[in-house]
Amino acid sequence: MAPNIRSLYSEKVMEHFKNPRNVGEIENPDGTGHVGNPVCGDIMELYIRVNDGVITDAKFKTFGCGAAIATSSMVTEMVKGKTIEEALEISNHAVAEALDGLPPIKMHCSVLAEEALKSAIDDYLNNSKGMDLESE
Amino acid sequence: MKRVYLDYAATTPTHPDVVTAMLPYLNDTFGNPSSIHSFGQEAKGAIEEARETIAALIGAKNDEIVFTSGGTEADNFAIKGVAYANEHRGNHIITNSIEHHAVIEPLKFLERRGFKVTYLPVDQYGMVDPQGVRKAVSEKTILISVMHANNEIGTIEPIAEIGRIAKEMGVYFHTDAAQTIGHIPIKVNELGVDLLAISAHKLYGPKGVGALYVRKGTKVAPFMHGGEQERRRRASTENVPGIVGFGKAMQIAQNEMGTEAERLTLLRGGLIEGLLERIDDIQLNGHPRKRLPNNVNVSVQFVEGESMLLNLDMEGIAASTGSACSSSSLEPSHVLLALGLPHEQAHGSLRFTLGRETTEEEIERVLEVLPPIVAKLRSMSPLLKSRV
Repeated sequence: MAPNIRSLYSEKVMEHFKNPRNVGEIENPDGTGHVGNPVCGDIMELYIRVNDGVITDAKFKTFGCGAAIATSSMVTEMVKGKTIEEALEISNHAVAEALDGLPPIKMHCSVLAEEALKSAIDDYLNNSKGMDLESE
Repeated sequence: MKRVYLDYAATTPTHPDVVTAMLPYLNDTFGNPSSIHSFGQEAKGAIEEARETIAALIGAKNDEIVFTSGGTEADNFAIKGVAYANEHRGNHIITNSIEHHAVIEPLKFLERRGFKVTYLPVDQYGMVDPQGVRKAVSEKTILISVMHANNEIGTIEPIAEIGRIAKEMGVYFHTDAAQTIGHIPIKVNELGVDLLAISAHKLYGPKGVGALYVRKGTKVAPFMHGGEQERRRRASTENVPGIVGFGKAMQIAQNEMGTEAERLTLLRGGLIEGLLERIDDIQLNGHPRKRLPNNVNVSVQFVEGESMLLNLDMEGIAASTGSACSSSSLEPSHVLLALGLPHEQAHGSLRFTLGRETTEEEIERVLEVLPPIVAKLRSMSPLLKSRV
């Protein structure tokens, strides 16, 4: 096929954009991350389910460009099966690399994905702390 | 898959007859128009013929046309040229908030050098209020610049009315007509403009050539200093093939403009109607009637423009968006924000611009393809959920 807009993005980005993984919400999630705002044009919501310190499920909803959708999809794939400690190690560069790179002006989308994940984990940690206190 | 091009406001394909007209000047008739031998004079004759054609079509005199490298240069030439040649008279320039970057950026450049610029607001349709222009004029005002029609939303500005005010107040008046030349009739005296910038590649001519109309007597500093080309107003060996192509494109446009505008207005109406009918929470941007025959600009709520563009492109449809995500500045379109659109709606804008090759089938294809794309993106949008 002739070169076109898709040559802006790697095949992997386009693949995740076309068939995003883990779209949707988790009912009563253990952690929710909400980052971005309408002004910058990207909004990500990330939900996680945690069992015994391991992230067993992750879902997202995103308003944004192709890169924003692809990074959301990729980060939810990457965290599944990881412990909270391991998940906290996931950097925006790791997300971008897993997508075979992003154009420089789109790197902020990977930053947003990392922030969404961190924010969901923070939310989980705060929730579980609260639960611990209640149980005491 | 047959690709569908609906981005004619960005650029147009060169008309085959234009290519044919240009070819001799890329081959045998290669002379430098400044040379006095026959090679040079043949080339000189060709550019003067093109100048005559273009001048006649906009109701100008031959020596009021200065060829440039395109619309951006013509705008820069007009704005900086008037500023530099008239700074002893005043340092104030009036424009508005939805001009093309080719006008806004030279004005910002002048602001950093001590000029004062008034950016008039526009109404919800992108209209400049002529009375607002009148009120903004002071004794220091040397130039008014208002585009003929907006490139993003297609709104046609009340140029003739502003032209009368400019004349009455004794202020030079410039208009960027890159989007209108060859598409709607232009007569410089009816519009009352002193400077008018045009570009060839928006009307099926070649890229890299444009012109500035400069009314006789208008004081403008030269844009390029060097040789004596263009009556010393724009030095540099002329782009002979480009200029010849520009002349041919103007001639074709003049013959076809009326019927083509009618045809495109119908197609445009069908596309707008279809989109509003088949997609919820969508709105038309720009003026409903005073708009370019070929322009459709809509904001689709809860989804972002680039992701719509990518999906359309996968279906072979080429359009454009005012979303920040398609630009390196990460700022959404200044035009859509100036209309008062909230950021998320500016990010969710789509522009389809129609042209010669556009058919009813192509419009129907957009109407079939876009609704499921919007539905898919909305199903993953956190904005929609928060509303429900």
